[in-house]
Amino acid sequence: MRSIFAVLLSVLTVTVSATPFPSTYQPLSSSPTLITNATILTGDGRRLDEADMYISDGKVVWVGEGSVPSEGVNTIDASGKWLTPGIIDVHSHLGVYPSPGVSAHSDGNEATAPVTAEVWAEHSVWPQDPGFSRAIAGGITTLQILPGSANLFGGRSVTLKNVPQNTYQAMKFPGAPYGLKMACGENPKRVYGGRNQAPSTRMGNVAAYRASWIRAQRYIRDWEQYEQKMAKQSANVEADGDSNSALAAALIKPPKRDLELETLAGVLKGEILVHMHCYRADEMMTILDMADEFGYKLGTFHHGVEAYKIADELASNNVCGALWADWWGFKMEAYDGIQENIALVDRPENSCAIVHSDSDEGIQRLNQEAAKAMSKGQAVGLDIPPERAIRWITSNAAKSLGIAEQTGSLTPGKMADVVIWNQNPFSVYAKAQQVFIDGAMVFDRDNSALQPVSDFELGQLLEAAQ
Amino acid sequence: MKLGFITVLLTFTCSFALAQDLLIMGANLHTQSDAGVIENTDILIKDGRIAKIAPRIPTNKMIKVIKANGRPVTPALFAGVTVSGLSEVEAVSEAVDSSYRELYTELMHPEFDVRMAYNPHSSVIPITRVEGFGFALLAARGGDRTLSGHGGLVRFDGGYASFEGKPVIYVQTSGRSAASVGGSRVAHWMLLNQTFAEAMTDEDLTLITPQGAALLKSARDDGLFLFHADRAADIMRVLAFATEHKLSPIIHGGSEAWMVAKSLADAGVPVILNPLENLPASFESLGARLDNAAILHKAGVPIIFSSGETHNARKVRQLAGNAAANGLPHTAALAAISSTPAEVFGAEPRVASEGARADLVIWSGDPLEVTTQAQQVILGGIPDTMVSRQTLLRDRYLDTDSAMPRAYINP
Repeated sequence: MRSIFAVLLSVLTVTVSATPFPSTYQPLSSSPTLITNATILTGDGRRLDEADMYISDGKVVWVGEGSVPSEGVNTIDASGKWLTPGIIDVHSHLGVYPSPGVSAHSDGNEATAPVTAEVWAEHSVWPQDPGFSRAIAGGITTLQILPGSANLFGGRSVTLKNVPQNTYQAMKFPGAPYGLKMACGENPKRVYGGRNQAPSTRMGNVAAYRASWIRAQRYIRDWEQYEQKMAKQSANVEADGDSNSALAAALIKPPKRDLELETLAGVLKGEILVHMHCYRADEMMTILDMADEFGYKLGTFHHGVEAYKIADELASNNVCGALWADWWGFKMEAYDGIQENIALVDRPENSCAIVHSDSDEGIQRLNQEAAKAMSKGQAVGLDIPPERAIRWITSNAAKSLGIAEQTGSLTPGKMADVVIWNQNPFSVYAKAQQVFIDGAMVFDRDNSALQPVSDFELGQLLEAAQ
Repeated sequence: MKLGFITVLLTFTCSFALAQDLLIMGANLHTQSDAGVIENTDILIKDGRIAKIAPRIPTNKMIKVIKANGRPVTPALFAGVTVSGLSEVEAVSEAVDSSYRELYTELMHPEFDVRMAYNPHSSVIPITRVEGFGFALLAARGGDRTLSGHGGLVRFDGGYASFEGKPVIYVQTSGRSAASVGGSRVAHWMLLNQTFAEAMTDEDLTLITPQGAALLKSARDDGLFLFHADRAADIMRVLAFATEHKLSPIIHGGSEAWMVAKSLADAGVPVILNPLENLPASFESLGARLDNAAILHKAGVPIIFSSGETHNARKVRQLAGNAAANGLPHTAALAAISSTPAEVFGAEPRVASEGARADLVIWSGDPLEVTTQAQQVILGGIPDTMVSRQTLLRDRYLDTDSAMPRAYINP
């Protein structure tokens, strides 16, 4: 009897994968590797001098001291070199605003409506963007691709492992949560106000966010009610084996699926992390209050040019600040930028300061951006040694993306995402010598066979390249 | 009112008249001249100029002494092609004066002189200055005409007319800028040929004003023409055009300049570039590469660095450091943001030698290193206060225990 009811139910039920566009990422082949005599910045605040590290099966096995199999281990002498976790950029538009930046490639902002939580950045990612391979040469092993900031709700982000592949699915960080890009301030109000449509003011921005959260709450309630009814009817079917009950269950209409509200509901349920583009201190506080109003957690403020004004509030709310080292003045809400922003946001206990790029140039030298921020902090007397500053582009970034259990520090059991630098990475002269992702060497500065070239770049300027 | 003005004038004059003699002791002086780096030297500054460079110069009570203690000293640096003092906030169009568009005349206006709008009191100036920068090239940025106007060097010493060097005429010839002239870069060349023909031969003027024609004529003899061109083919076109019209050209952009390095060297044409450009950002820069600067320098092409940024113009030091990290000799990288731009744009030499302007910076370390700070800027022999709107904001929020709101903390 049961099978009849099941058939009856199934003909009336639509199949939907819970994880569409799944990751097909597979680590590249690797061999167990022992790296010796390096200065190691672990990413979680420690520094080890003249230390060793062993990676195997794509994971960090040990850092400092441990045993190594007697055979089959590749040893790299890293004397004079520095070792850090793979660098993570939480704010990139590679692939969605790729090179060449022609209008046909402009896929980062669905600027046709202020609320487009239904779009997913991954559906715009062009894996052949030469920017990915440039970023590998800068030690970037993981990056979050975000939609732009034209919209209040810009859409879902995707976190990628920086391996050169032909599909984003093959780059997609396994198990990384989705993010939702949101934007404060000038951009949404300029884009839509300029079209004489809402929002055209900051208060218009906030009203529209709140209206959307209210719809998302309703959407969650509708689905909960539906599931409750279904559960009740299923229980009836189980209890009396009555085909009428089965029919009744099958006739309960599910709410209409809504991609936009699915994403917003994901935030309210804590499954999707919020990445909020916001410059001004006062606006960030408004956003924190709004998160309280609707009971969700704000993950990370991006750009936060005035974050230094509310550093304590960010830390006490457990919110990350993903910031630039020195950008300012390009628009009014960036007028109060200072170069000590990152160092001041880093100062309170439980802070989560991050250096981000938002730039296909900056992502290639996030270590230099961190170096600038570190030195500006040191110059005003803040105690920021390299082992602390490296957290801004490794473990804190991993925390922001919800992948701190997997990567972001050289901790046994974590992914062997590692960079060997030719010297202290906090220098303009530092270069990533070798980059490992899940234990596989994906870049070697001294071996052109390990320097990926995108399809787009292959065969360009043949005559000139002699 | 009148009295107030005189008082101000007196104070102003006095501050210059009383400019104290200055002695920098124990500098590692990057002279940017044939003298190279002079280690552990003293530098005596009188009347805004370097009076003497010697190992141990005697001092007295009248001389203000700054101890360098072996720190590097360089000429004050060049901040690149900027609109400093022409743009308060880039996206606030009413506070930006660096370009013109949709002008009712429909003519080209090389006589559009951005220096007339220069505001030395813009917060951008001290913010840039305290990072070790003493001068920049003011840009007439691309509007919707092939000739976007002219500018020239400006010193960041707070003067209303601290301009130096030759007039620099900005010429747009790239594909990207061609949209406003019918959609093809060919139109730029078509219009330029006609404009120059009119200007030089007293024909009836149809594309420029008489003032514009006069400016082009004089600039041909004593001015510079800055062509924005990235693609190698476009650079070659600039060289041919400049030869034909007897102009002194400069390439701005130059992503693919390395491909035609020999032609540039033979013609003695300098290139202003951003050495961080290594991506095919457009079909005009498919050949962008990190060692562009190194290749050009090796071929003998004068190079100057610019990020094109104004508010973050201070980043140009990082550009030079990266060029040095990618094959360019350190001295050449430093020259590209000090002596070379001064020389190319016809200004006073930016070298640290006796008789030169005392525009100097004392650094905490290697001037091309990102972790290095400019610790004392000296312009015209006067030590800068090293205060900017940003250092004040920093100091206001650096304070951790203030009972009153921050607005009461006025550092």
